[in-house]
Amino acid sequence: MTAVQEVPISAGGNPIGFGSMKRVEDQRFVRGQGNYVDDVNLPGMLHSAILRSPWAHARIKSIDTSAAEALPGVIAVLTGKALEGIPRPSLLGDNFAWMPTLSYDTQAVLATDKVRFQGQEVAFVIAESRYIAKDAVELIDVDYEPLEPVMDAKRAMDPGAPVIRDDKGQTDNSITDVHGHKTWESGNAISTAEAIARAEADPNCVVVTQEVMYPRVHPAPMETCGSVAHMDKVTGQLTLYTTSQAPHAHRTVYAMVAGLPEQKIRVISPDIGGGFGNKVGVYPGYVLSILGTIVTGKPVKWIEDRGENLMSTSFARDYHMTGKIAATKDGKILAVDVDVLADHGAFNGVAQPTNYPAGFFHIFSGSYDYPDAHCKVTPVYTNKAPGGVAYACSFRITEAVYVIERLVDCLAAELGMDPAELRLKNLLKPEQFPYTSPTGWVYDSGQYEKTMRVAMEIAGYDELRREQAEKRARGEYMGIGISFFTEGVGAGPRKDMDILGLGMADGIELRVHPTGKAVLRLSVMSQGQGHETTYAQIVAHELGIPPEDIDVVNGDTDQTPFGLGTYGSRSMPVSGAAAAIVSRKVKERARIVAAAALECSPDDLEWELGRWSVKGDKERGKTIQEIALLSHSSLELPEGVEGHLDATAVYNPPNLTYPYGAYICVVDVDPGTGVVKVRRFIAVDDCGTRVNPMLVDGQVHGGIADGIGMALMELIAFDTDGNNLGGSFMDYLLPTSMECPSFELGETVTPSPHHPIGAKGVGESATVGSPAAVVNAVMDALAPFGVRHADMPLTPSNVWRAIQGNPIRVDMAIE
Amino acid sequence: MIPVAFDYVRPSTVDEAVAALVAGGEDAKVMVGGQSLMPVLRLRLGAPSLIVDCSRIDEMIGIREEGDSIVIGAGTTHHAVMNNDLVKRYVTLLAQATATVADPQIRHRGTMGGSLAHADPAGDLPAVAAALDATFTIAGPGGRRTVGASDFFVDYFTTAVGDDEVLASVSFPKREGWGSHYEKFNRTAQAWAIVGVAAAVRMEGGRIAEARIGLTNVGTTPIRARSVEAALVGAADAAAIAAASESAADGTAPTTDIHADAEYRNHLTRVLTKRAVQKASGL
Ligand SMILES: Cc1cc2nc3c(=O)[nH]c(=O)nc-3n(C[C@H](O)[C@H](O)[C@H](O)COP(=O)(O)OP(=O)(O)OC[C@H]3O[C@@H](n4cnc5c(N)ncnc54)[C@H](O)[C@@H]3O)c2cc1C
Repeated sequence: MTAVQEVPISAGGNPIGFGSMKRVEDQRFVRGQGNYVDDVNLPGMLHSAILRSPWAHARIKSIDTSAAEALPGVIAVLTGKALEGIPRPSLLGDNFAWMPTLSYDTQAVLATDKVRFQGQEVAFVIAESRYIAKDAVELIDVDYEPLEPVMDAKRAMDPGAPVIRDDKGQTDNSITDVHGHKTWESGNAISTAEAIARAEADPNCVVVTQEVMYPRVHPAPMETCGSVAHMDKVTGQLTLYTTSQAPHAHRTVYAMVAGLPEQKIRVISPDIGGGFGNKVGVYPGYVLSILGTIVTGKPVKWIEDRGENLMSTSFARDYHMTGKIAATKDGKILAVDVDVLADHGAFNGVAQPTNYPAGFFHIFSGSYDYPDAHCKVTPVYTNKAPGGVAYACSFRITEAVYVIERLVDCLAAELGMDPAELRLKNLLKPEQFPYTSPTGWVYDSGQYEKTMRVAMEIAGYDELRREQAEKRARGEYMGIGISFFTEGVGAGPRKDMDILGLGMADGIELRVHPTGKAVLRLSVMSQGQGHETTYAQIVAHELGIPPEDIDVVNGDTDQTPFGLGTYGSRSMPVSGAAAAIVSRKVKERARIVAAAALECSPDDLEWELGRWSVKGDKERGKTIQEIALLSHSSLELPEGVEGHLDATAVYNPPNLTYPYGAYICVVDVDPGTGVVKVRRFIAVDDCGTRVNPMLVDGQVHGGIADGIGMALMELIAFDTDGNNLGGSFMDYLLPTSMECPSFELGETVTPSPHHPIGAKGVGESATVGSPAAVVNAVMDALAPFGVRHADMPLTPSNVWRAIQGNPIRVDMAIE
Repeated sequence: MIPVAFDYVRPSTVDEAVAALVAGGEDAKVMVGGQSLMPVLRLRLGAPSLIVDCSRIDEMIGIREEGDSIVIGAGTTHHAVMNNDLVKRYVTLLAQATATVADPQIRHRGTMGGSLAHADPAGDLPAVAAALDATFTIAGPGGRRTVGASDFFVDYFTTAVGDDEVLASVSFPKREGWGSHYEKFNRTAQAWAIVGVAAAVRMEGGRIAEARIGLTNVGTTPIRARSVEAALVGAADAAAIAAASESAADGTAPTTDIHADAEYRNHLTRVLTKRAVQKASGL
């Protein structure tokens, strides 16, 4: 491992702690030697392909699979009808045609009665090659009776709207959560309504209302989803190689879905080519590969192509939000109320903790000090793909930050106040932490104003405003946008948070071998974040074992302890804490061994850079490596001490951690074409302790690129017939380095007081924080045209229309 | 890529290629760089029974001067075209437009002839061929024939090249000393044109004496903006160019898709025509 920035050095000359180090995993990634699911090839393995619905909403009258079955090389063709015939000995339904979702809804594995979104799984072909499987898919004849689709969430609850979930006996398109609620609220509705009414009546106050939409986007990881399932007929062991961000949770879900004994299931996630939440859910394809191996007795591989990934797997957002912000005329925020219509697609498949049906959206009160906030979220079914977690899912904090940061800018525009000044006036003060927000969150720590000022300093904020004034006078349109965000990450405390009843604590195991080398076994799962590097650094920091002597194992349920996986920026806050705690356990065990070897009391020892030594007599000591060998030797240990240093831990976080940041974006808008050029992007993140600052920067870079993509180009839109208009990378645009400026990063470090190493998590910070900065910048640029708001993505045509005073409805791009 | 199964031959002369196409019938398909055909196969939008790979036919590769023309073999890669001195000097607009096609990897495989024969309305080169009045040499069972640009582009993805024919070469009249510019509007750096404007102008005494304007992606085929060309004659400043460009969208029939609707494409056509001519003329 190469250190590229100052890192503490051990007695042996090795870097052993926090600091920028190149990632160990890059050795294989940059050489094309990663091992992904599609690289798994087992003897006798069969291949598969899925027939998908061309319709958004249609009744299936009949399916004729005979021609497909007759094609040489085809082993089996499964349909929903066939799955209905396979009895399932499980708690969650009596046959295999339907499976539970992560939100206690049901989802069709293969459609039986109706198809409910374009791209839905209709039939599954197992064949000797993927070519034959695809050929056979084209030979399946399905007779559909097209039904009117519900594509506009705003019309899903219209009387007489077609009912999507008639399978559940529904009579409308409302969604009822596991607690029996059709809407979900947080904060104090009454006090917030009163505060807004008072402001409306008060000539010294203003109330600004703005509707904003966060359109449907897709995580679009480079690697699509896939799996290889193998049921060993002799041992009854099912091995599933799969693209999973949460292998342990998936194992439990398969045990429940398939009724298989959990100890007979092994889930292996090899290298994962990006997740961004896309690989949290359990997809029909995974389940079908399992059923395929059970039916055929051979390993079955299922790999999705790009279009399938974009059209059928977990999307993100699709929130229609109407916000009201009340403030005094001198800019003191008084109250915020937000009403949300949430488009969940055809099956309610969002991955949120059970008690949080709208995720952590209610953190929308943001980084500001005011007493009254309230939100109401109403989810509906539409004829679109299910999901709703993905893309740096952040449990809906992305939507929350977007709405509050747009509202604050709209308020600034209404008051004629500089948006930086308005924010500075309302930011929480350091002495207010721990701070209980109006919707019940307890923010752990922060120095908001300091962070904001660092960002303004890097940006040269006052100079930018001067430049903007000059340019406006010349008819040039430059905009400066600010976003200040607070996230709550690291789900979560077991008493509050679970998914499908599984509490969100993480196990960990640390083994120290006699030669002083170590193996750390994680429950969380890297999708490219660099866990093999950072977790070794945490152990190194705690124990003084150099990172290159520590192997980090993740992604194999037989080799790692249980935990809920990597999403929602939870790895560092939860498993990062677990890594520190398990290391400290080892350190304490080492102390007893060292004391025995040095013939003193453990209390007489002190710890420094990988070595226990006698207080006041530094020469007398043992390094962790010497202690490791001693712990396995014949050295006599005190009564009751077992020997060896290995330890396990389970970390149940006492609270979330609250990373935050101040972002400033500078754009130039071409009024002739509507093109937005992001000229500068300044990001100052405070994620507490930075284990590997270089990797933190990498996470932030990726997140800003995501944010620029969502703000300016990414969109899964539909036409009124239900056709998905974002099913390829020619239509679903992703930003490249050509669309991004060189990012300007800064930091402040305010450790989390309750996390063992003070780290807060940063995986989603920039994705959460950056879209609002970009949109605010564009709106600032368009202010001379009288534009206050236009929805993402701010495509050239959308910006041009906004300039004409006629912005488009982006989610229904084509009528 | 999981295409439908196909047979494959790789002839080494144009005559062999034509013979293979005749033998293969209507489901036989020419492939050269594969940069447009492969995506079609991958998405199973097409299922040719035979692929006739013409990427190694010597007479289809290379660039030569022939009297008043520059003749470019249809199988010459974008990379070779945009870096060729003859092209840069005499067919500058083609070099400029080719440099905006896709990315370097694709330009090393994709060919000029492939772009023209594919006739994607969003492709950059058809508008250039139209603006510059290129002549196409097509080889078929009955020998060779030549077709002008106005007859070559027939419809959406359809040209004068028959199922059993091969586009052998394309000839461009030499135009030395013309000012030119290809103004491509796309949403990300490597994406296809939403609208593109190919402009070439001959200047005389600080005025536009002659103008040639081709439009990309505002109809089923490339469109010559003839009314703009006429209105530009005599233009000597930006205001005159702007006035002339006002009619750029007349006679176009742009589509509406997720990237842009027809109204916005019309607007872009006018704005980009003005910008392209300004850059080409230096006015
Ligand atoms: C990601 C990507 C981005 C792209 N971006 C752009 C862009 O921005 N602008 C742009 O203009 N193009 C773009 N292209 C297309 C590119 O220019 C292709 O190279 C070109 O369209 C086809 O050339 P080819 O030699 O690869 O043709 P092939 O793919 O081999 O063939 C394409 C079609 O033309 C026919 N054909 C090819 N050559 C002949 C011939 N000599 N005679 C008869 N028929 C023939 C084939 O039968 C086939 O139908 C892009 C392609 C990709 C993959």
